[in-house]
Order: sequence, then structure tokens, then C-alpha cells
Amino acid sequence: MIAAARTILRKDLLIELRTKESVPAMTLFTVTVYVLFHFGLDRDSLDGELASGVLWVTLLLAAVIGVSRLFAAEREQGGIDGLLLAPVDRTSLFLAKATALFLFLVAVELVAVPAFALLLLGPGLGGAFPELLAVLLLGTLGIAAVGALVAALAAETRARELVVPLLLLPLLMPVLIACAQATEPLLRQDAGPEDLGRWLGLLSLYDVVFVLLSVAVFDFLLED
Amino acid sequence: MGAGPRVVDLGERQELVAHVEERHPVHAASQLAIEDPAVELHGLVHVAHLERHVVDADHPGHTRSIGFRVVAAIELERLERRYGERVALGGVSVRVDEGQTLAVLGGNGAGKTTLLRVLAGLLRPHGGTARVLGATLPDERWRLPAQVGYVGHEPLLYRELSGRENLRYHARLHGVAEARVDAVLGEVEMTGRADEPVRDLSKGLVQRLAIARAVLHDPPVLLLDEPRANLDPAAAELVEPLIGRRSGRTRVLVSHDVQGALDESDVSLGLKAGRPVPVDADLYR
Repeated sequence: MIAAARTILRKDLLIELRTKESVPAMTLFTVTVYVLFHFGLDRDSLDGELASGVLWVTLLLAAVIGVSRLFAAEREQGGIDGLLLAPVDRTSLFLAKATALFLFLVAVELVAVPAFALLLLGPGLGGAFPELLAVLLLGTLGIAAVGALVAALAAETRARELVVPLLLLPLLMPVLIACAQATEPLLRQDAGPEDLGRWLGLLSLYDVVFVLLSVAVFDFLLED
Repeated sequence: MGAGPRVVDLGERQELVAHVEERHPVHAASQLAIEDPAVELHGLVHVAHLERHVVDADHPGHTRSIGFRVVAAIELERLERRYGERVALGGVSVRVDEGQTLAVLGGNGAGKTTLLRVLAGLLRPHGGTARVLGATLPDERWRLPAQVGYVGHEPLLYRELSGRENLRYHARLHGVAEARVDAVLGEVEMTGRADEPVRDLSKGLVQRLAIARAVLHDPPVLLLDEPRANLDPAAAELVEPLIGRRSGRTRVLVSHDVQGALDESDVSLGLKAGRPVPVDADLYR
């Protein structure tokens, strides 16, 4: 299963490297939204809840783009049939797609977080960066697990551009709440890891539950 | 043959080989000649593809013969498949033995592609029974992938990857050695253009790659939906050893070339609005 997942993942990364269809679009969207907030709010320094909300809502909306494109090659070029005709566990497809989405989001965050800091965090991240990194990793993992599940659900539907945000965003509400709450004290002027452990625990629990749930139901999503 | 051939139920290939070596030493266990007309099978049968039943024709009149009652490679009984309320396939029954070719004929929307997709395990049957190499669908669908090669309307190749990358990808998924990729590319004469992205290739070259993909894992059953579409005569001849009668594989062949398909088939199935009909002049009316 792991070998098959690695094979599918390698193929997905190669296709993304050549088509540049997902990561650049997600990155451009994220940076554009931060620029819009910068000028729309007419402020170059946000903090606390507002900063945290802007950071995570934008990342979540960027994830919608990635999720919508996650099965594009399979859908348009018969990749799902190719996989179903191979003697591989379908769970390997979930693992590969979730990992690909995780890596895409990490690549986006590598640009988006500095851009966010530059455009909307006057004092910068300061010493809170390691904690923010932990929140980002756990939040991104949750988005990737749910995103791969929703992408598979929507892959064969005609109105997938509508289905993806309608399914994805409500399912990611707990991630948004936990990430925003965990990040808020880190982005305050008097930054400090207040209640961080509680929110990181909640995020970890969410990630574990959704990874297990996705593994359990993914097989059925590919049934005709 | 007196009381008739004795049926020996052999579950495993090992048992079959042992049986042949013990009782029929004149035959190589890897490939057996069927000479006994009583079993109505002719030609060569590969032991590796046989399942369960062996008819022991060890009789004074047939001492050099071994007869096999082969479990049908494909067996459909009143197969049914619907799309919502619409019946795409209904009452389809057919039996195809090992090494035989079934020609599926019919007009557009007759259910030919649906039948292939059911046999490939890509669609669930909604009624009747379908067995492919002894695997009952859909419950034992997991047994199929290693056994079936599929050439459909779509080449099942990623446009941004090269032919070689696509075949390597499928080889890894099927657990096939990468050396086989080069061998198959050579057989379809694509070695020279194997490193070009699929999107840059003509339809004919893509079809050659699709055929290479389908036979990469050397499946005993081929499901072919217009496999020679887009191929020029030379290319059609080129792929003949891979997907033609000479391949020795059990084949289900969908084609609009009625005479051509009938010429290379042992069994034929006419379909009209998903129902079996005789293959005659009315088939396309």
C-alpha cells in the first residue's frame, strides 16, 4: 500500500511540477487576498483575533482551489480507471492525494506566511514562530485529510466547483476554530502561547479522526 | 472412452503439474497439447491459466491425450446493468472459454462499452451473474486487476508524462519489472518516441501506448474497445501479436468492423439497446 501510494504521489508531484496548475494558483490567490486586506482595511498592522482570522480564512479558501484540482488529472485523463484496473489498495490513492495536498499547502504557506507577515503584521512574528509552525503543520494536515476525502467525493460530480466548497468549508470549521484560537495569542502585541496546548490537542485529535475516517470510507467513494 | 473421461478436481497448479508428470509423462507440464476430440478443445492450453477441473482422458484409445474441461474464462448469465432507470444491459448471457475471442457488436449506445466496463470490474452488475476467470463480480473484483488488460476509449495515460513515464507508473502499480516497460515499448515500436509527453503524440501513437499499457502485466484476458482505432494498417499489424488472436489470450472485442470482428472471433454477441440480439443485417437498423 505504501509503495503504491508513493508511486501515485510521485506521479502527482511530477504532473504538478510540469503543469503548475495548483500551487501557483493557490499562492497567487493567497498573496492577492493579503494585499486586498492590506489596502481594504487600510492598515499595515493587524494583531490578535483579526490577524489570526485573516491568516486562516485565506489559507482555507486557497485550499478550496487545491482540492478542486486534486483529482483533475484522474478525472480528465482516466486515471481513476487506470488505478482501479491495477492491483492496488484504494487506500493508497487517499494517502497519495492527502500527502500531495499537504505538500501543496506547505509550498503555498512558505510564500503566504512571509507575505502575510510583511503585509499585515507590523511587528512581525517575533519569537512565536516555532509555535505558529506547529499550528500550521497540524492545521494543514487536517485540511489535507478532509480535502482528499472531499475531492474524491466531488471528482465524479458535474457541479464539483460548487460541491467542493459546500462540503469542505463546513467540515473544516473545527480546524478553522482551533487554528485561529491557537494562533490568536501568538499574533497579539504581547505574544504568548496561551492555551496553545489545548488547541494543538484538539487539532491533533481532529487530524487523527479524519485520517482514520477517510481511510475507512475512501474505498466506497470510488464505487460507481 | 467407455464410461467417459474421469473428472479430477485439481485446485492448484502444483497439483495439476504433479498429475501431468505422474500420469502423462509424454507431455510437458508447462504447455499441453489437447488432442482428444471428446473434450472439444483444440490447440494449446497454458497450464497456468487453467482452473480446477481436469478431465483425465487416460484411456487405451487416448493414451497420448489429456483433456481439460476448462472453467470458462468469461461466463455471463442474464447480466443486467442500469444507469438510473435506464437499462444499459439486460439478459446478457454468454460463455467464452480460455483463449477464445468474443466479438461484441452493435450500434452506438447498444451497451458494448458498458459490458466491457462490467467485465473489467469498473462497473457493478445490477443483476444476473458475471464471472471472469472464476472471479464472481462484483464480490471478487479484487482478483481481476492482475488478470485483465483493458483498452478503452480513453488511453488511460497522463498527457503531461511521457510514454515511458506512464508505462513505468503502471508497471510499478502492477508490480511489474521496469525492464518489461522497455520490452513492450519495443514491441509497439515506440522506443524512439517514448520520452516525449503523451500530449505531443498523434492519436495513433497514443493508441500504441495504450495497447502497451494494457499488456504490460501480461494479462490472460483482454477487453478491447475498438483497439485498432487510429492505427494505420502497419501499426494494426504491429500490435497483432499483443492483442490479436496470435496473442493466445482470451479476448472480448468491441468493433464496428462487423466482418473483421466475426472473422477473428469464436463467439459473437449482438447488442441492441442493451439486449442480446442475433448478429445479422438488422443489428444496426
